[in-house]
Amino acid sequence: MSAAPAEPLLRVEDLHTHFRARGGVVKAVNGISFDLAPGASLGIVGESGSGKSVTSLSIMGLIEPPGQIVAGRVMFRGRDIAGLDERQIRAIRGRHICLVFQDPMTALNPVYTVGTQVIEALRAHQALSAQAALERTVSLLRMVGIPSPERRVHEYPHRMSGGMRQRVMLAMALANEPELLILDEPTTALDVTIQAQILDLVRDLRQRVNTAVLLITHDIGVVQELCEQVVVMYGGRIMETGSVTQVTDEPKHPYTRALLASMPSRVRRGQRLNTIGGAVPNPLHMPPGCPFRPRCPQAHDACATDPGPRDPGDGRMVACWLYEARR
Amino acid sequence: MSAQATPDPMPVAPSDALDGIAHAAPAHDFLRRALRHRSFAAGLGICLIITLILVAAPLLAHLNPDAQDPLATFAPPSAAHLMGTDEFGRDMFARVVVGGRTTVLACLGVVVLGGVVGSTIGLIAGFFGGALGFAIMRMVDLLLAFPGILLALAVSAILGPGLVNGVIAIAAILVPVYARLVEGAAVEVRHLPYVDAATTLGASSRWIILRHVLPNVSPGIIVLTTTWLGIAALWIAALGFIGLGVQPPTPEWGAILSDGQNYITIAWWITVFPGMFLALFVVGVNLIGDGLRDELDPTLSRR
Repeated sequence: MSAAPAEPLLRVEDLHTHFRARGGVVKAVNGISFDLAPGASLGIVGESGSGKSVTSLSIMGLIEPPGQIVAGRVMFRGRDIAGLDERQIRAIRGRHICLVFQDPMTALNPVYTVGTQVIEALRAHQALSAQAALERTVSLLRMVGIPSPERRVHEYPHRMSGGMRQRVMLAMALANEPELLILDEPTTALDVTIQAQILDLVRDLRQRVNTAVLLITHDIGVVQELCEQVVVMYGGRIMETGSVTQVTDEPKHPYTRALLASMPSRVRRGQRLNTIGGAVPNPLHMPPGCPFRPRCPQAHDACATDPGPRDPGDGRMVACWLYEARR
Repeated sequence: MSAQATPDPMPVAPSDALDGIAHAAPAHDFLRRALRHRSFAAGLGICLIITLILVAAPLLAHLNPDAQDPLATFAPPSAAHLMGTDEFGRDMFARVVVGGRTTVLACLGVVVLGGVVGSTIGLIAGFFGGALGFAIMRMVDLLLAFPGILLALAVSAILGPGLVNGVIAIAAILVPVYARLVEGAAVEVRHLPYVDAATTLGASSRWIILRHVLPNVSPGIIVLTTTWLGIAALWIAALGFIGLGVQPPTPEWGAILSDGQNYITIAWWITVFPGMFLALFVVGVNLIGDGLRDELDPTLSRR
């Protein structure tokens, strides 16, 4: 993170997004900060309920009551976009920041052709003639690897497979050449073989259109495929950040270690697959201090208070009392 | 724009891209399927015949519904007067045809006015939800709690008698009905992934409502409209019958029925013909509605 240039594309500062619920407040995102440089790629990894999707929705300004961003800033190109009104944020959504959802089967409207929907995405932000919009759409579909785009542009979503539809979603997201592409579990709903194709495509597109990528996933393997930096989230907090190689080769936080140990690909054949004991704590009653404390094999008395960001000595950040405080 | 040099195997017609919007399912396909539906075909037939009579008859023969003939009062149906004459010797055929135009146009006006206002309210309440949606829907509940005819009577008592006021009064009954239906459907559609996806692409609320929510809700609106077209015809007639609708001497089915009831024992034709037309029209419209409901919303027909 220290290697980030002076002006990051996206800087999330001490973001707190809370949801009022019956019986209390759910602190879905509880003080997270990270930077993303232009053209860079960052993966946010975490289990269900870790706050990773709420983070992406907060950046997009899509938090609706009872949810609310209660503190922190989302700086995009030097401007705080967390407090913008609907009209202002709309000019950013789809133009500068795009979000691709998990499930391509339902994210396209079944009653319009895919071409119509890509054209809509284009025309939401650019004044284009019908002819120009159609030509641009065909070239976008070609870019995301859809065969014979001149024909497919007039087809309805039900005639396409999940992988094809995810390609269409990517075409829609990239239509206005955004500086930031947020992918929320982009491959979770797809077959394994299609997953690999889509990851290859995203990597290829990143180089072609030079967009920064924020990848939200529960699968650290996908982050390894696509990202340089990684943020590990748990219970609405950041546990560890660093480069992907650092974090996966030499995890510092006990949670990261446990997460990596439970990955099938890292376990030798015949060996029992590790699981993390216990369960994610009730979001209404997060333990004080480190949220991983109840499940942590190395927990001790100090863990009842918040460790804050700490530096294990190689420039990355770990929120754990096992390491020296950052100076 | 595109860098490829190979000729396109399929010529790309630019207008197609936008034409495709309206043609979600080809209209002629839908019509063919609907016509196979017996009650739809029968209802359509009845309504077409009535429409034909109402439109064509005045073009073929000069019809004056107000011309009185003191020498031919209460004349039974004959070649000269197809449907007989009333107490002033006015030709009943002319009165039924001209009065039918009034009734049918008025009930169309009712569903258009009530449907547009009610659907708009329902879309706004359902899409935005929150305190605004809650407030709107509680007012709708309040209106729904009133017996419909009481509401119509109250409105026309405030506005005064007359055809336009009658249409407004009956449309007022329809507004909460439409609002309730559309709100429910809009809430359901509101958080479909593709609606969220449109939001993330920077589309405005108005655009999303018109492009993604309304088309999803429209089958319900169409079915409700056909159902209420018949009911509206009855209510327009009812208002005419109790004297709050069209004022004499303008003919209107309900008003004619009201006049004719005094003479029903000596001149059945004054009430039977307009009553028959009204009943046929309501039946025809309802049959169309049944057919459309089966075609547009298959989940409703399987009971």
